[in-house]
Amino acid sequence: MLKTGTFTRRGLGTLLAAGLLAGGLVGCANSDTGGDSGDGGDGSGNGTIVLGFSQVGAESGWRTANTTSVKEAAAEAGIELKFDDAQQKQENQIKAIRNFIQQKVDVIAFSPVVESGWDTVLKEAKDADIPVILTDRAVDSADTSLYKTFIGSDFVKEGRLSGEWLVEEKKAATGPVNIVELQGTTGSAPANDRKKGFAEAIAANPNLKIVASQSGDFTRAGGKQVMEQFLKANPKIDVLFAHNDDMGLGALEAITAAGKVPGKDITIITIDAVKDGMQALADGKFNFIAECSPLLGPQLMDLVKKVHAGESVPTRVETEETTFTQEQAKAALPTRKY
Amino acid sequence: MSTLRSRLPAVTGHRLFWPLVVLVLLIAANTVYRPSFLSVELKNGHLYGSLVDILRLSAPLILVALGMSLVIATGGIDLSVGSVVAVSGAVACLYISKQPDQNSLGGVVTALALAFGVALLLGVWNGTLVAVIGIQPIIATLILMVAGRGLAQLVTQGQIITVNSDPYRTIGVGHLVGLPFAIIVALAVTLLVAVLTRRTALGMIIEAVGGNAEASRLAGVRARRITLLVYVVSAACAGIAGFMMTANVSSADGNAAGLWVELDAILAVVIGGTSLAGGRFYLGGTIVGALLIQTLTTSVYAMSIDPQTALLFKAVVVIVVCLIQAPAFRARLRRRAATPTPPTTPAEQQKEQVPA
Repeated sequence: MLKTGTFTRRGLGTLLAAGLLAGGLVGCANSDTGGDSGDGGDGSGNGTIVLGFSQVGAESGWRTANTTSVKEAAAEAGIELKFDDAQQKQENQIKAIRNFIQQKVDVIAFSPVVESGWDTVLKEAKDADIPVILTDRAVDSADTSLYKTFIGSDFVKEGRLSGEWLVEEKKAATGPVNIVELQGTTGSAPANDRKKGFAEAIAANPNLKIVASQSGDFTRAGGKQVMEQFLKANPKIDVLFAHNDDMGLGALEAITAAGKVPGKDITIITIDAVKDGMQALADGKFNFIAECSPLLGPQLMDLVKKVHAGESVPTRVETEETTFTQEQAKAALPTRKY
Repeated sequence: MSTLRSRLPAVTGHRLFWPLVVLVLLIAANTVYRPSFLSVELKNGHLYGSLVDILRLSAPLILVALGMSLVIATGGIDLSVGSVVAVSGAVACLYISKQPDQNSLGGVVTALALAFGVALLLGVWNGTLVAVIGIQPIIATLILMVAGRGLAQLVTQGQIITVNSDPYRTIGVGHLVGLPFAIIVALAVTLLVAVLTRRTALGMIIEAVGGNAEASRLAGVRARRITLLVYVVSAACAGIAGFMMTANVSSADGNAAGLWVELDAILAVVIGGTSLAGGRFYLGGTIVGALLIQTLTTSVYAMSIDPQTALLFKAVVVIVVCLIQAPAFRARLRRRAATPTPPTTPAEQQKEQVPA
């Protein structure tokens, strides 16, 4: 019994090793011969572009809307989409990209789960002559020739737009305007960048002062808990700037519980424009939202066509985004996708 | 084990002395920073103030830590409580959001019963893995810790489910005789568990199982049944905590609800003087531990400690509490040992008192 077991295990191991080796060999063969079309080759011959897209996962409404946008835009542009859901795991994503390379897709696009550790697999794609487009999140590879372009939101700009709106809104203010800030997860790129952009913009008016700034971890519960203490520690709060809608929505509850009227006693600015946030804006509880749009599908498909045709594209493409006031939110809400 | 207490001087040696000192110090520091921290006013017919916030927000942690105390008393650990919080909150919110009238009391009660039932099932699952199949508790509950969060996201479809139900909100933010409803529920459950374990032989039996499961079985205790029971109780407590956490913000977030609460709960239990080795538990200590942790979190916000240093601040306070809780460390401090030795960690202290 024991002996058989050992053998089976060893057999399995050998098989696995052989499989890995074979995979490696195929990779090498591809890179050596470049355009050698094997059995899996399809697409480029009959004119349709094949796009391999690896998504982070489905962790939020924002992400789901992002996926839908990519799928719809691909169908509309007549691009064949091979979609992969990495379920928040980098190893799944690397596996998916290797599969795309083996299937000889024309273009690979993906939203990296994490920033680091992509050099090897991106090198494989480059060796196989498949252009790569990053969406939504960046990678930290020093070699920028590994990908063609990065399309995604500019978080600094989102913060700056929020700040600029506030400067305009409060330009008549004679006394100090006290601002409290709910930051995103400490150390995350959106939190750092939105904070930076906002601070730069409000520097234009010395009356605008951030009196307290804490992390609410991008969650409703976090936003509420922090806002409760802000309200108690600062008798006069004029403005709340939250790095996303959810923290703003949590803070709404704290503000109401403190007997204040959100949107009137306290001006509320958030970022993202998810449906619940837009609803609050339309209801007059928020005052301004800077959009962080997941709907980058159409722009992505344009880029896919361009890089496939060998045209040069800018290395950084910003998602088309807008901002919403209460009136604009009322108009936009019925057709809001996420 | 009982020699542990008799070894120590009466007052300062009481296991709750130092956690209470730190709790008072934290509140004092807050009061120095902002004198109005202690003020409690009456607003819309209920009490309003930072201290009230601390009570309300610590209610779910008290519940989770309560269940955790019993599990730890049997020498086990339950890592899945955070996921159970997420699942029960998600199930309740999903059911309510599907109701035509979200404010109907009947619908909310059904939702609570349904979600509570799911939580109990998850507890039975944990208990079966540990007590019947015999998987080590940390591994058995790790399974549900990972799978449970996936389950919660499956229930919510990866979205945040917002509910608009006043009866449900009451669980999280409502008030009864001026006090937060949540803390009253938490204290009622604590009282129930205290009476059941300390006024009957149940508590001693649980400790006997934790001390030595085989010996207790030979002495006539149904050790397996007791082990299974504590995991069910733990999941039930986590289930109720899930209602409180989701009702607090009127929405269920499968990703974030109850995230890392298992670690806070274990910490609360340890601060309260319960050894991770099992064989003993102190419910009063657990409650002080939970209050201390929530006060620490609230202090960070109330005292505007920079988010970049907040985690370090919390860690330092926790290390200090754990160190002065360790009898070996205090004994060494008293002796003023001449040779510089590395400070004794609580882990060493626990090893020292591993029973049987």
